[in-house]
Amino acid sequence: MNVWRLVRPYAMVAPSIVTFGVFFIYPIFYMIYLSVHSWDFVSPEKPFVGLDNFAELAGSREFIEVLGNSFNYTLMTVSLTIVVSLFLALWLNRKGVLYGIVQGAIFSPHIISLVSVSLVWMWLMDPQFGLLNWLLASIGLPRLEWLSHPDSSLLSLVLVAVWKGVGFNTLVFIAGLQSIPSELYEAAELDESSRLTTWCRITLPMLSPTLFFLVIINLIGSFQVFETIAIMTQGGPVNSTNTLVYYIYQYGFRFFKIGYASAAGVVLLAVIGLLTLLYFKLLSKKVHYR
Amino acid sequence: MAQITLNGIEKSYGQEKVVHDLNLTIKDGSFTVLVGPSGCGKSTTLRMIAGLEKQTAGDIWIGDRCVNEVEPGKRRVAMVFQNYALYPMMTVKENIEFGLKNRKVPKPERERLIRDIAEIVGLSDYLHKKPQSLSGGQRQRVALARAMVKSPDVFLMDEPLSNLDAKLRNQMRSELIGLHQRLGATFVYVTHDQVEAMSMGDQIVIMDGGRVQQADSPMNVYHDPANLFAAQFIGTPPMNVLKCGEVEGMDRLRADGEPYYVGFRPEQAAIVHEKNPGCLHFPAVITTRETLGAEIVYQLRSGAGPLYVKSFLKPLEQAADVYVSVPHSALYFFDRNGERNRRAKLPEAGPMAMAAAGGAFR
Repeated sequence: MNVWRLVRPYAMVAPSIVTFGVFFIYPIFYMIYLSVHSWDFVSPEKPFVGLDNFAELAGSREFIEVLGNSFNYTLMTVSLTIVVSLFLALWLNRKGVLYGIVQGAIFSPHIISLVSVSLVWMWLMDPQFGLLNWLLASIGLPRLEWLSHPDSSLLSLVLVAVWKGVGFNTLVFIAGLQSIPSELYEAAELDESSRLTTWCRITLPMLSPTLFFLVIINLIGSFQVFETIAIMTQGGPVNSTNTLVYYIYQYGFRFFKIGYASAAGVVLLAVIGLLTLLYFKLLSKKVHYR
Repeated sequence: MAQITLNGIEKSYGQEKVVHDLNLTIKDGSFTVLVGPSGCGKSTTLRMIAGLEKQTAGDIWIGDRCVNEVEPGKRRVAMVFQNYALYPMMTVKENIEFGLKNRKVPKPERERLIRDIAEIVGLSDYLHKKPQSLSGGQRQRVALARAMVKSPDVFLMDEPLSNLDAKLRNQMRSELIGLHQRLGATFVYVTHDQVEAMSMGDQIVIMDGGRVQQADSPMNVYHDPANLFAAQFIGTPPMNVLKCGEVEGMDRLRADGEPYYVGFRPEQAAIVHEKNPGCLHFPAVITTRETLGAEIVYQLRSGAGPLYVKSFLKPLEQAADVYVSVPHSALYFFDRNGERNRRAKLPEAGPMAMAAAGGAFR
């Protein structure tokens, strides 16, 4: 009886600790271990190669390009998503049936599986038979190549990501806006604050924790983009949409260079880790009011 | 300078009417307290004066200007909110300065004003702190400073002391009274606390159900309530109210109309063992004794319901079975609809009355 009392709390948390350990902690360390070895997935031997994999990464023009793509994609996706969601939130943050419907409508992409989204957008963006080009042509604009040209392929993927992400971000922004006490606006009104001043001096600072949170989770999410690329472009054309996670997948599970892929994984881990660290550092320092 | 006149003000939210035909004059330089239970429309009235809510009907005048279409910032009013509504991302100084900046007051002038005001409210050492690092009392002072710095004609205060602890509240109460005397501006103060209302206001406006029940000086409100609501709202414990029909000795009541209720203040009644002439007597049993020091509050059970009696500087009454004795002159009568009936009177004790005096309960 007494033993059980001692053991019970540990027994209660054990399932989640074990799951976390087996599926999150162990793989991270195993990846780091693999990144300094050479392995092809099947051979029983994993010779130690030191930092060779990392040296190879650093020397690979393809990898540098992939990193560049990842950063470009992330930068565009995050800035567009945030700006569009913020404006939508400002517009939708009021009562009324119409606003409720629009909110629901823009949120719906969030609950659709990315695979379906990718397939639908591939069809929409088809250069010959796609709806988008048909629309462009019907208003007299030139047709676009969308996914099939290196110059527009990454942007097309950004468009899909923004379309999918805007609903959720808008919803969080609306929640943030609604948590700003109305008295602050009333006090500002009595202080003869203009709309612009109120927005810059009250709304934006009060919204900054929300804004910051969304920027960080979007950064992290965008950096890990995989499904849309795997389905829509497979990294092409000419490597123009190949990003870090897809690159890891290619080298690990297509070319079976597990050590090399793990090294790239370590780079990804470092980037995400840095972003997370930045989030908590800044959060505790600057952007909190209550 | 700034007398506030409300003419036929109404306010509805959809179907629900929260303020009914409100006519009120708030004298220039007065300290007027709007008091009433929650939901009585007092805050709404204040917010309509501020311009934060638009009245459904009627006119609001501040000074000689009809402000119906004037935006809040231009009404020359300042407001102190219940939860202070300080801007959390600004320092104390920036909070006070915000309105001045918006009004494009030049910097040297701003600096001087802020220095002076901070001195008055005792915030000079805190100007560069953020509100969240201040205590409740200090935040209250920032809110006051922010209002004062605009030197408005009218100060509107919406339960500004309700977030403070009892001791601090008493202190701020006297500071507000001092501030009012010093500034000479019109103060309109909303509270649900009748003690606050009585102690601070020179005019009290008692509201209930969106209507003004009585607007008068504190002493008049206390001694000469206009209706049952006003009588029972002011005073702790509240006025004892009984149905005339259940009190004996009421048969000699001389009245026009039909007085239905009789009431008396707990502090006007005495606990006695012998009946006195010229007084109404209720046999009662003491159920609880609250000894507060200078005063003692007794709760008693009588034939017509519970009664309160408050005695000052008297020894504690130990006996259980007693009479509650109330002089005829201290009785208030009310009609069935709650309106005060000022004509109803019990005759003062005469030779005839002597014999009948002290009519007891059935």
